[in-house]
Amino acid sequence: MSPLGTRREDWTRSDRPAPSRGMTRRGFLGLVGGGIVVCVTLGPKELFSQRRRRMYPDDVNAYLRIDEDGHVTVFSGKIEMGQGVMTSQAQMAAEELGVALDAIEMILGDTDRCPWDMGTFGSLTTRMFGPALRAAAAEARTVLVQLAAERLGVPEERLVVRDGVVSVDGAPDRKVTYGELARGKKIARLVDREAVLHHVGEFEVMGRSPLRIDGHDKVTGAGLYAADVHLPGMLRAQILRPPAHGAKLTRLDTAAARAMDGVTVVQEDDLVAVLHPDRETAEKALAAIDATWDVPEPEFDSETVFDYMVEHAPKPETVESRGDLAAGRSGAARVFESTFRKGYVAHAPMEPHAAVAAMKDGKLTVWASTQTPFPTRDRIATEVGLPAEKVRVITPYVGGGFGGKSAGGQALEAARLARATGKPVQVFWSRAEEFFYDTFDPACVVRLTSGVDEAGKMALWDYDVYLAGDRGANLFYDAPAARVRSFGGWRGAGTEIHPFAVGPWRAPGANMNVFAMESQIDVMAAALGADPVAFRLDNTSDPRMRRVLRSAAEAFGWTHRAAPSKAADGAGSIRKGRGVACGIDAGTYAALMAEVAVDTSKGSVRVERVLAVQDMGIVVNPLGAEMQMEGCVTMGLGYVFSEELRFRGGKILDRNFGTYELPRLSWLPRIETLLIDNPDVDPQGGGEPAIVPMGAVVANAVFDATGARLYQLPMTPKRVLAALQEAQPA
Amino acid sequence: MKRSIRFRLNGRPTTLETDGDRTLLWVLRGELEATGTKYGCGVGLCGSCTVVVDGEAVRSCQRSLGDVDGKEVVTIEGLAGDDGTLHPLQQAFLDHGGYQCGYCTPGMIMNAYALLRERPHPTRQQILDAMDGNLCRCSAYQRIVAAIEEVAQGGAGSEAAPATTGTGGAR
Repeated sequence: MSPLGTRREDWTRSDRPAPSRGMTRRGFLGLVGGGIVVCVTLGPKELFSQRRRRMYPDDVNAYLRIDEDGHVTVFSGKIEMGQGVMTSQAQMAAEELGVALDAIEMILGDTDRCPWDMGTFGSLTTRMFGPALRAAAAEARTVLVQLAAERLGVPEERLVVRDGVVSVDGAPDRKVTYGELARGKKIARLVDREAVLHHVGEFEVMGRSPLRIDGHDKVTGAGLYAADVHLPGMLRAQILRPPAHGAKLTRLDTAAARAMDGVTVVQEDDLVAVLHPDRETAEKALAAIDATWDVPEPEFDSETVFDYMVEHAPKPETVESRGDLAAGRSGAARVFESTFRKGYVAHAPMEPHAAVAAMKDGKLTVWASTQTPFPTRDRIATEVGLPAEKVRVITPYVGGGFGGKSAGGQALEAARLARATGKPVQVFWSRAEEFFYDTFDPACVVRLTSGVDEAGKMALWDYDVYLAGDRGANLFYDAPAARVRSFGGWRGAGTEIHPFAVGPWRAPGANMNVFAMESQIDVMAAALGADPVAFRLDNTSDPRMRRVLRSAAEAFGWTHRAAPSKAADGAGSIRKGRGVACGIDAGTYAALMAEVAVDTSKGSVRVERVLAVQDMGIVVNPLGAEMQMEGCVTMGLGYVFSEELRFRGGKILDRNFGTYELPRLSWLPRIETLLIDNPDVDPQGGGEPAIVPMGAVVANAVFDATGARLYQLPMTPKRVLAALQEAQPA
Repeated sequence: MKRSIRFRLNGRPTTLETDGDRTLLWVLRGELEATGTKYGCGVGLCGSCTVVVDGEAVRSCQRSLGDVDGKEVVTIEGLAGDDGTLHPLQQAFLDHGGYQCGYCTPGMIMNAYALLRERPHPTRQQILDAMDGNLCRCSAYQRIVAAIEEVAQGGAGSEAAPATTGTGGAR
């Protein structure tokens, strides 16, 4: 079976308690049939003190169970969407517990069985959930060693643990297994003090790269995703969609669809759907619906959006402020003003949103492709009108998320339709629906003024970002006078400006902010005739940043010179260049270096080589981290070169991959990754940091190759040609 | 119009009484419960739904069921041996970490399977060309190529040769 515990027959089990908030302390303690259960009541302190929003429950936030046969089950509200946390969480638990990785079964994202969790995003799993999980495992080990000491009649200090076996040090035959210790026991422990965790030197499971737990499921096609759930009598739904956001339905005729054999039509408030056991018939029934819509006049489109948003952006919040801007400006020998732009970017996971919902004995179970099982459960309960304990969300494997599967509209649709029809219902968005209802990374603008003094030191940084938010906007250079302001973001104030939904996208906002910041750094370095790496080192005292940058320069073979080189590649129109860009995200420091080849006749750019260097503190799974870095680099090529949603008002013009182009295999550069050894810092985020410098590293390399500066993402051939024209007027 | 459609699915004779206009992808995923084959775009642009029909990689979202009447259809479920032994390509994808979310993986493997049947020792460029129509949003491409290259160099690709363990991708 799938390690997610989503066997097809499994969903009807009613022997589990049905708590309203995920597993409460009492419900959790009631779980102990036999064996040992440990849960953690400690929360990451910084979250409780700094965040107003509730990020973690105050009762139970991690737990694991050791059965009487020695089988270990870890329950986590985090979900697996490709980032590898099924494996890394199991590694953390195995490490602290003292068992082999394959002794652990992971149950993820099941609201009836797992502790409450806000969602899987923000590179938080390892940073925030990890400590609680490790503490639970460490406590379990403590309990087991105490039991073993009693059983073997020796003090605890004389015992050693290996692979779930406790033995007397120096007398390996005097031993007892975890399973034997758990047998006949009903022990529940709450951890409410800081656990003693293994340090790096003791690691046996963490810090290594085992084959991923989910790998076999994925190469055999056996892994279950939400749309793979198959229930007897299940109907497949097709839902009537407007031609544009903001459109109003003025006339509806479903008679032709109703007349079709075996088709069920549901019309409930704003939800009009046709259902049939097979998808093709449901599609035909949808096409048979006659609907007329009133579409509002567009206020702006993909071309005019930037002026519109600067004009309509909300009031700024000051993110950072130091020194006196006026003094900084007057002290600057040279001042640089730049405006950077980036369009809307889609998440486009290969798996569109999918959900299957079924009512049974008054309880609604929903399998959903979601990054937020618990908030999705609550939203379904509210909108369908059931108490939360009567709704269970199960999260099978998620086929990519990148922030785009946080909203969960499809789960609600499936729930409503299951309620309305009394039958199991599958909602599986088409690619066109996926593009239409995506929560896009917002289009955004950065306007910034910076200055340097005579000695080449940054003197001024005056930075305004519109509608991207402030992630990644903090300056990690030492300018004495600096102000960073954020005029609205991907959530909260400013989101009402967009004609469609926007939301978090892999490192939300940071891709734009780092593109602007790190491009501007190179603008200054070039004007001073300074080497871009040397200029950065001259202007930052942050030791972690200096270290990643120096390590990158060494690994890359960076030679000291200023840009642009405008190096020609033999005869013809190809110019080659190199670039550098840095970023801090999710507690991790990243430095990227790249080599590009620009065809100046076509405006096309090919990235030939990327080196990504990362200091993410203690590394739980080095291979997993490298895979994330490689994915960041390649995915980043999309927003750098091609991805920009075309729209007119609420009408989305790109509805499939024919016009909205994702990075593909032929774009692949040679990617090298390097992890900095930094055991002094706890594990930090790994799924996002390496993507944030992608815009600037390519822009800086294109400048080095050609002398042309790109201020707008994506760098389409048309924009590259325009920049070349500007750099070398005919 | 319902009719009898017969084909071999992963070696097993299969007969369906249904409309020949139905889409191969949805029939596989529906009544045949072969859900390893994935829907990604519905228009043949992403490769997630790739299956192999009479030795050729096809986008099952673009094929009607009637098209496979009398033919041999292989899906990801048909690659491993009856005893569960992975096909060399599956083993190489596993060893190299040639997947992340796993959603495009069956289509990737089936596309590569058809390539290696046709051409057991492709060059790197031939691999890139053949696989360019298969999208991976997680961007595991580097390791996907390494996995296919390893099998190609090992002379596998058909059922015969055993997989060798990975070096290029996984460490």
